[in-house]
This record gives sequence, structure tokens and C-alpha cells, in this order.
Amino acid sequence: MGFDFDIFFEQLFSSSYLKGALLSIGVAVVSLVIATAIGFVVALGRVGKSQFGRVPAGAYVWFFRAIPALLVLLIMWNALPQILPSLRSDWYSPFVAASIGLGLVEAAFMAEIIRSALLSVDDGQPLAGRALGMKPATVMLKVTIPQAIRIALPPTTNEFIGLIKYSSLASVISLRELLTTAQVGVNITFRYAEYYSVAIIYYLVIVSVITVFQTMIERRFAWISVKPTKKRKAESVPAGGLA
Amino acid sequence: MSHASVAPVQDLTLQVKDLHKAYGGNEVLKGVEFQIAKGQVKAVLGPSGSGKSTMLRLMALLEPSDRGDILLHGERIGVNDGGRHLPERTLAVQRRDIGMVFQKFNLFPHLSAVRNVALALTAVQQVKRHTALERAHEMLERVGLSERADHFPSELSGGQQQRVAIARALVLDPDVMLFDEPTSALDPELVGEVLDVMEGLARGGMTMIVVTHEVRFARRVADEVTLFDNGVIVEQAPPEDFFDRPQHERTRRFLSHVH
Repeated sequence: MGFDFDIFFEQLFSSSYLKGALLSIGVAVVSLVIATAIGFVVALGRVGKSQFGRVPAGAYVWFFRAIPALLVLLIMWNALPQILPSLRSDWYSPFVAASIGLGLVEAAFMAEIIRSALLSVDDGQPLAGRALGMKPATVMLKVTIPQAIRIALPPTTNEFIGLIKYSSLASVISLRELLTTAQVGVNITFRYAEYYSVAIIYYLVIVSVITVFQTMIERRFAWISVKPTKKRKAESVPAGGLA
Repeated sequence: MSHASVAPVQDLTLQVKDLHKAYGGNEVLKGVEFQIAKGQVKAVLGPSGSGKSTMLRLMALLEPSDRGDILLHGERIGVNDGGRHLPERTLAVQRRDIGMVFQKFNLFPHLSAVRNVALALTAVQQVKRHTALERAHEMLERVGLSERADHFPSELSGGQQQRVAIARALVLDPDVMLFDEPTSALDPELVGEVLDVMEGLARGGMTMIVVTHEVRFARRVADEVTLFDNGVIVEQAPPEDFFDRPQHERTRRFLSHVH
């Protein structure tokens, strides 16, 4: 049968793959936003002194790290609308269900990333903020969080890439994301190599773009006045700087 | 303690009475009496673990005392009328009158020098960003670091970092500045520039408590020198008496090690 490049290129630039890829990215972005918001609150509960925060936060992490994401998606799509009639309406699409479901699961992992990032900020930092008369919320916002973000960035990028792939689980709730698009095409044509290759290309492009963004954002968190660029040599550093 | 210069009560900027603090079972402060009047400079000496840094942290309201009073301008701070420790949010407001400089600088690594200084103005005093940066620049000029304003802490030497930290504490215009071994983490050749800035502050009339191992600085700049040992104040006297005519055997022994 051989590898048919015509089929390959035809699919590579087809709207169904592009739509599938955008759905995958969309689910990943929305669930990461949900996961970061919930994860931050859970992380605060876990690093806090109060048992009222620690116990429920610990329970959240315990529960959602234990349950397979696939099961959560099935519950979100099949079980919940049976219990909650309000979910039996148009707005509750596979996209919404998948984003919330993956977001809830991912929040447990983001909570641990954010917790370790908060804990890795030097004790002297909040101390200095407090000594300047900052209230607890200001210390958190202006001193601790900016430093924690830098530490949380690389593992969060990992999680984001993971979410792109996890979005393929949403095929069980009939979301036609990237991998499902390939699978559907294969089922019709039996051109496995061509359709899977197109999926590979899409995943590679998506992760490449994410990596470029990661580099750009991490550069913003370099905390140096002279941004390193390829052309700049040591002598162009302002006189007396960086001795 | 009879050597302590007697200032009228209303002139006392900061005062601690019968201050106690223990960590676990370890008693670090065993009833300390200490006071500083407006414009005074007091140097606090003593072996490590003697409680001198702990007194400073308690005075700065960074940790609660176990017993005793801290008074700012004669008024008890850190506790409510019933003697209970105030919540962190209220303590934060009271801390604004007390400047603190740490041994390890504790500059904010994510902010340039000028933003380190400006942050307290914008985040604590709600000063407009533009005005805050202007005043931060003025402060950096006072510590001789104008041309380093846009550098980040990682790009500054230890001595420069500590001078930025002093500017950061000064910008809020505190009533008293507390220095916790400000030169102990510095390379020897960088100690001088920090002590020069501090001496300039002292000459300018700033009220200062300096916990230090710099005996020469204490002799030259301080109005009074205090020796801490084992959680209590052993001796307290003007520098010429303290160094040349110490009254206590413990002081003589301490001085024989550091001279």
C-alpha cells in the first residue's frame, strides 16, 4: 500500500484536523486555568496552619490524585446530568464537561506544584515584607507569589503539555479533539500511517509553540537588568556592571 | 544599668521592659530592660546566641514575646489593652514606624534596586507609582547607589545589596532603625561602605539600634554600648567607659576576644 503523501497532505491541511487541534488546545487551556485557580486555593490550605484549611485541601488532593481522569470525564458527562437536571441543557457541551473534569483532576496536581513553589520561597522574603509593614495579603501578592511563579513555571508547562494529550480522553464523551479526529479518519479509510502521521505533526507543532512561549516567559522571570541576547557579548554590559 | 543615660520619658522612642522569650525549652531572653531615646545610637554586642538578635526581632514585632512590654513613644505596641498579641494585620500597621535591616539583606530578588525601595511606598502607603519611584531614587542617592537603580539584587555586591536594604527601610521614614548584624554576611572589604552609610545616618540624627560585631564602629558611632550574654544585659555604658573601663568581668572577657 505504501505511504500516500497525497492523503497525508490533504489531511494535514484539512479543516477537521485543525478543528480537532483547536479543541485539544481549548480544553487544555480552560482546564489549566481552572486547575490553577483551584490549585492555588488548595495549596494555600495545605501550607496554612489552620486545620480547617489543611484537612479539606489534603482531602481534595488525595481524592483527585486517586481517581483516573477517564472516570472523572465519564462521571461529568454521564452521571452528573442524571443527578443535576440543570446540566441537561445545551451549554453543557462535551467541551465544557471535559474542561471542567480535567480541570478538577489537574487542580490536585497543580496544588502540589504551587505548594512546593510557595514553600521554596526563602523565609527571609515574607519576613522582609512584614518588616516593611505589609499586611499578609500584600506580602503574598507582592513578595511571595512573584517568586513562586518562577519556580512553578517549568512544571506547569509540563502539566499543560500533559493536558493537551489528556484532552484525547475526552473522545469517550464524544469530543472530536485531535486524536479522535485521526481515529475517525482511520476508521473510514484504513490509512493508518497517513492519518496518525498527521496527528504526530500537529502534536509536535503544538508542543513546539508551547516551548517557545515557555522560553519567552521564563526570560521575563530572569530578574536581570541586561537581557541575554545572542549577539550581546560580555563587554557590552554597562561599565562596572556584573563584576 | 546605672550607666544608661537618663532621658525624660516622653523622649524615649523605643523601650522594652522585662522582655522574655523562649524557643522550645530554651530561654533566649530572661527579662531584658532596654531603651533608646530619640536621636540616640546604641550598639549591642554579645556572643552569638546571647539573645541580642531576638530582642531586635521582638522589638520589630516580627515575633511575639512571651512576657514583657514593648513601648513606642511610651505606648505599648504589639498587644491590645488586655495584653493579648494583636493580629498580624494590625501588627503590620504598627511596624511601619520601625525600620529593620537584616543580616542577609533579604532584598526582593524579583525587583530592581529602585523597585525594592519603592515597593513599600506603593504597597503599604498607597503612594502613586511615579512619586514612589522618584522618592526611591532619592533614597538610593543617599546610600550612594543612584547609578545602580535598575540593577537587580543578583547583579549587586553584598555591600550594595545591604545599602539598598537600608534605603528600603529608610523610605518609610521610620522613627527608629534596627540593624541585625548588618555587616556579618559581607566580605571584609565590603563592610566599610555599609558602615559609612550607617554612620552618615547616625550623624543625621537617626535613632538606631545596631546589633553588631564591629567593635570599632560601636566605639566611634554609638552613644552607648550594651553587652548581652545568656539572655540578659550584662553591661551598658558610653563607649569610652565600656571599652576602656568595663565594670564587669564578663565584659572584660568578651572584649579580650574581640579586640
